[in-house]
Amino acid sequence: MYPHTHHELNKPILDVQRISVRYNGRLALEDVTFHLHAGERIAVVGPNGAGKSTLFKVVAGVLPPSTGEVNIFGSRPRSHVCIAYIPQRSQVDWNFPVSVADVVMMGRSAKLGLLNWPHKRDWEYVHRALEIVELSDLAQRQIGQLSGGQQQRMFIARALAQEAELMLMDEPLSGLDTPSQEGLLNLLDTLRNQNVTVMVATHDLDQATRHFDRIMLLNHRIIAFDVPQNVMHTDHLLQAYGGRLKIASGGTMLVDDCCPPES
Amino acid sequence: MSFLLEPLQYEFMQRGMIAAILVGILCAVIGTYVVLRGMAFFGDALAHTILPGIALGYLLTGGAREPLFWWALGTAVVAALGIGAISKNSELKEDTAIGIIFAGMFALGIALISTVRSYAVDLSHFLFGDVLSVSTQSLWLILIFGLAVLLVVFALYKEFLTLSFDPILATTLRLPVGLLNNLLLALIAVTVAVSLQTVGVALMVAMLVTPAATAYLLTRRLFRMMLLAAVFASLSGVIGLYLSYYLSIASGAAIVLTATFFFLLAFVWKKVKERQ
Repeated sequence: MYPHTHHELNKPILDVQRISVRYNGRLALEDVTFHLHAGERIAVVGPNGAGKSTLFKVVAGVLPPSTGEVNIFGSRPRSHVCIAYIPQRSQVDWNFPVSVADVVMMGRSAKLGLLNWPHKRDWEYVHRALEIVELSDLAQRQIGQLSGGQQQRMFIARALAQEAELMLMDEPLSGLDTPSQEGLLNLLDTLRNQNVTVMVATHDLDQATRHFDRIMLLNHRIIAFDVPQNVMHTDHLLQAYGGRLKIASGGTMLVDDCCPPES
Repeated sequence: MSFLLEPLQYEFMQRGMIAAILVGILCAVIGTYVVLRGMAFFGDALAHTILPGIALGYLLTGGAREPLFWWALGTAVVAALGIGAISKNSELKEDTAIGIIFAGMFALGIALISTVRSYAVDLSHFLFGDVLSVSTQSLWLILIFGLAVLLVVFALYKEFLTLSFDPILATTLRLPVGLLNNLLLALIAVTVAVSLQTVGVALMVAMLVTPAATAYLLTRRLFRMMLLAAVFASLSGVIGLYLSYYLSIASGAAIVLTATFFFLLAFVWKKVKERQ
């Protein structure tokens, strides 16, 4: 019932070739081409509505691209269960009657197969994942009782329980206080040690520069995709942010791009 | 004691009690998903949409009530999948599309029934149900189909949970999302068909949402929510029938009013607790 496609390890973990996505006649993504190596940590930066979530959904195989193709280890995303999409917190029903452990166990669904109930081994996966994200004590809490940072870590635990090799995180740092952000960034270091490849959509150019291997500057198409020092140039940022970019004296750049609208 | 036992000396009261309890449990469990997924309007529309199917069966079988279950079941499944497909593909907003189909089909049902001379009596039977006229054969049908629905809900517990909480996760885990969605619609349809004789078309949505919503106020775990909802629903069935017997009020209305009373009680209790 469930596809577990063989990974061709000589192929890149993610290979995106010329994808475009059209929503109601408007181009959300235009001719996007790039590939990632296993274990890389990528920040995807761009203004609101630049197509970051759309890109993640195409990569996860949730949304079919209008043209172009995506390959994960040499085959289509829809044949893989190794991709985890971590939603924006505003997209989640936090009153849903589930505990933290319940949500993390959902990540095991694919490996379990239809109709099967969790085995001892699956609970071990769940407990180990909760240990890694330091939520073991809160396993039985209802999810609405967690803080923002804990909610993000719960989803990372779910991705770990899923045995995901590619994690796509949609603005995980937005709305978190500084200690929670630091905690999450430290957790990304742990993931790197486990050879998990991570793409993070973020609004924070400073964090993108300090904590990620490469930055993808996106505004419907890729404006720049390189190591941080090569991406963070005024002309690139002007292309991405246009009039929302203010250049202060002394070369400091301010991006007026706060807070995505609540849905 | 005789107060409680007196109504039970009648066989129709015994059958009515059993039917009310079975239907209550079934509606409560399925209703948990109806509440969590915000499908109350779909459930209400579905119950109304099957009226022309029942009416047609009623006309063709010359007024016999036994075969109506099968007519209700067939129409309910077709209507559920039809509404599901139309609301997904329509350019209109989902609730508008459902509203148009539901009112149109309901009118067709009334038009069909109005061709019969005993129109008023029959229509009120379909609209408001009559749990006290449940036959032994109907009871068996309720039991068999109810157990089948509960079995599927139990077997696919983790799939329906994952799908309801996070459809994108369900897709990335490559669960058969379309199939599961349609299966859930079909399960709601079977539940509605099975429960029709108890509360009727017009009050069906109360059986689907009220006990589940009451449980939702009191617990934050899915399985406990299902159990609590089942307890509230079967209690409502039993208490409602006693009320119906002693106060001489319509059975379906009495059951729904009892369920509503439980909800209000839970609502007030929670508000008071939150203040402390």
